[in-house]
Amino acid sequence: MIEIRFHGRGGQGAVTAANILAEAAFIEGKYVQAFPFFGVERRGAPVTAFTRIDEKPIRIKTQIYEPDVVVVLDPSLLETVDVTAGLKEDGIVIVNTEKSKEEVLEKLKRKPKKLALVDATTIALETLGLPITNTAILGAVAKATGLVKIESVETAIKDTFSGELGEKNAKAAREAFEKTQIFEV
Amino acid sequence: MPIRTVMKANEAAAWAAKLAKPKVIAAFPITPSTLVPEKISEFVANGELDAEFIKVESEHSAISALVGASAAGVRTFTATASQGLALMHEVLFIAAGMRLPIVMAIGNRALSAPINIWNDWQDTISQRDTGWIQFYAENNQEALDLILLAYKVAEDERVLLPAMVGFDAFILTHTVEPVEIPDQEVVDEFLGEYEPKHAYLDPKRPITQGTLAFPAHYMEARYLVWEAMENARKVIDEAFAEFEKKFGRKYQKIEEYRTDDAEIIFVTMGSLAGTLKDWVDKKREEGYKVGAAKMTVYRPFPVEEIRELAKKTKVLAFIEKDISMGLYGAVFTDASAALINESEKPLMLDFIAGLGGRDVTFNQLDEALSIAKEALEKGKVEKPIHWIGLRKELL
Repeated sequence: MIEIRFHGRGGQGAVTAANILAEAAFIEGKYVQAFPFFGVERRGAPVTAFTRIDEKPIRIKTQIYEPDVVVVLDPSLLETVDVTAGLKEDGIVIVNTEKSKEEVLEKLKRKPKKLALVDATTIALETLGLPITNTAILGAVAKATGLVKIESVETAIKDTFSGELGEKNAKAAREAFEKTQIFEV
Repeated sequence: MPIRTVMKANEAAAWAAKLAKPKVIAAFPITPSTLVPEKISEFVANGELDAEFIKVESEHSAISALVGASAAGVRTFTATASQGLALMHEVLFIAAGMRLPIVMAIGNRALSAPINIWNDWQDTISQRDTGWIQFYAENNQEALDLILLAYKVAEDERVLLPAMVGFDAFILTHTVEPVEIPDQEVVDEFLGEYEPKHAYLDPKRPITQGTLAFPAHYMEARYLVWEAMENARKVIDEAFAEFEKKFGRKYQKIEEYRTDDAEIIFVTMGSLAGTLKDWVDKKREEGYKVGAAKMTVYRPFPVEEIRELAKKTKVLAFIEKDISMGLYGAVFTDASAALINESEKPLMLDFIAGLGGRDVTFNQLDEALSIAKEALEKGKVEKPIHWIGLRKELL
């Protein structure tokens, strides 16, 4: 079972990102589970969401304490939240940032095995006109983890957002997929 | 062909309602159940469900509107949670006493004070004496299936009682999981039309319902509700068997997991059963003789099934997200009553856990196991009730 934890801020769509990733994996025939950390979400407040992906039915219902993958939708969270808490030793961290690998690593309490960086905010602003990074960051997740194909992410996005909005969000994911830089740490 | 997709339990409940084709839905929004009526109102607005959707000003009005609608002879549905269910309390007795097979979905949520929107079972457990049948779902598929089963059992002429289906707040209501939506034709075949013969309002055949009963009659009316709930045991088994034949998914009042040769069996309800099964696998690998059991039906209480389960183990431990102040958890108390006249019974323990949304982790289950193991080794229970995962530094 692969466990993924999303860190975002209220309004950035971390919960939707977790749900879309689950749907993308479901499209590929996997068993999935996605859920928010059940806080009282307000715009701007730190938000956590989770996705589990497995080859067999998922029964466990606890929150995720030892994630395989951590996804950070908002770079400012690195200053205030221990995003790598409980990260597995061979874990992957994916960050939306314009900063360098060195600058990001310096902020992480635990060193991941693999670090993926993408400027999802700029991509979101260019494609959607809004700094909502949830769909763009999923392109980076597909690239860095190989858990799902980018095509499945695009399908799941278009399933979630209809019409032009779906097309634009799928484009944001595809662009992020192409622009994501991956570093072995 | 059934459709396999991903959705939240709230959506699964709305789909179940759509498939059951109720004629009247009345609801008032409350966290974490709001999405259920929201989705149903969408179905109605899109013409996908031919029903009257009544927007009311409170949960008390929602259930009252359904009492009226059901008494007029149609299938009805609503959803609520927590304070909303508590506000319905007096009308719940009326629905049962008038023998109205209303079905209601509950996103199981804690009660105030302190205000808390997260999961435990205090809301439905507190309604256990109202005469409503109670089911608890482990996952989103069960939420959908049990609502269909609730109609099947509630509307059976041997029962004619309302039924509620509980699924844990957020842990299920807001969690996306794979769900299979059954074929409409198969659901139609399974449920049929609701055609009440017992009592319904019809101008061509004037009757009075829910009227005053003097001491000469009241007690018999209450006895008949009790008897109907007793009848429901058999009807539930029949409904489960027919459901399995039609839809291929098996339900039991108590589902056992790795209970053969178990020395300690943990019993729970709802989504915690899923976590418990994974934990049992881990403990079995570590050499512990533990098993799990999930209660799918809480009212009528599965008395015979608890007796059979008790014969298999040395320690029977309950993990429950509710508490009856001044005694123990309700499930443990009821199970104790079920076993009272058995000549041999296991040691029994009650673990209160996960109140107000506290995550029930493997560590907490380990805590329960060490207490159960100590009882097993000593051959006696010194204290039957334990609160696990309690932050003692805050007390």
